[in-house]
Amino acid sequence: MTYISAMIIPTIISIILIVGLKEKKNVYDLFINGAKDGIKVVLKLFPTLIGIFLAIYMLRSSGLIDFICNIISNVTKIFSIPSEILPLAIIKPISGSGSMAIATEIMAHFGVDSNIGRIAATIMGSSETTFYVIALYMSSVKVKDGRKVVIPALLADLASTISAILFLS
Amino acid sequence: MLNYIWPILILASFIYAIFSGNVQNLNSSIFKSLEEVITLSMTLVGTMCLWCGMMEIVKNTSIMKKIIRMLRPVLNWLFPESKNNEEAMENISMNTISNILGLGNASTPAGIKAMESLQKENKNKQKLSNSMLMLIVLNTTSIELIPTTVIAIRTSLNAQNPADIIIPIWFATIIGTVVGVISTKILIKRSKNK
Repeated sequence: MTYISAMIIPTIISIILIVGLKEKKNVYDLFINGAKDGIKVVLKLFPTLIGIFLAIYMLRSSGLIDFICNIISNVTKIFSIPSEILPLAIIKPISGSGSMAIATEIMAHFGVDSNIGRIAATIMGSSETTFYVIALYMSSVKVKDGRKVVIPALLADLASTISAILFLS
Repeated sequence: MLNYIWPILILASFIYAIFSGNVQNLNSSIFKSLEEVITLSMTLVGTMCLWCGMMEIVKNTSIMKKIIRMLRPVLNWLFPESKNNEEAMENISMNTISNILGLGNASTPAGIKAMESLQKENKNKQKLSNSMLMLIVLNTTSIELIPTTVIAIRTSLNAQNPADIIIPIWFATIIGTVVGVISTKILIKRSKNK
């Protein structure tokens, strides 16, 4: 199993390179050109990371987060959602960079290979920022009547979050 | 939204720290958080650049076209009213394939173009058409075959196998998408019957 998952990334990279070579592309030039975008992505995420990490570190060190989690966990137990994940599940549909930062902090705090850390990564990777997408797509064609598109979108969010938790715990 | 949540979190933490006697901890955590972001970002730049470079190669090969051809029957089922609108279907395919390959910066422009070409055939310009509903829901669930950003973050945090998160992500994203598609189809059917 560990061998198979160790194969994933090298295999993906090799397939991309083989196809590129077969089609006579300048794979190195393309790679260098695209790699520039990586810096832009992180640069765009950086201020959000600072803001969210600051707030969450303060929440943790003050002890307030334990206090809140203790209260909330009574409710979340019913849905079998770990209370540590709740902030992420709430921010997820609202802010993309915000939830990315929260997920990263959860992974760093509880351990990237811990159960909680893996759930956070899965929630992060399994859906988009719902409200942002809806607002952007509707305003692009200036449509006013959304025909309750929010309902299937949020149902899908809920389904992927719950299945992430069930799959990993 | 975060304009309210963020300051409340910080202020509430300070007040709670005063009453629980954790002010010392709170103070040092402010600077620790900044340090953590710096070390994280440094490693993140490396892995993000790797994936962006790889995806640039993908964009320039026929991999995209091949997957688009495989997707066409599925897209015809998802967008029955628009399957003869070539311009719209092309943009929808581009949008879907960019989502699948984790090319975030390519998927949004294609998605917007698809919305515009769907708007041309839309009978009531004030209201989302059925195809538009489906397109928006598909973009909120967004099936991602290679979740590049999550893998990059896991790599920078020294995960044992950064990529082995792919399988739970596939599982969750497919269930989310299936629920999204089915509930959209139900929504469309119910509004027809009215």
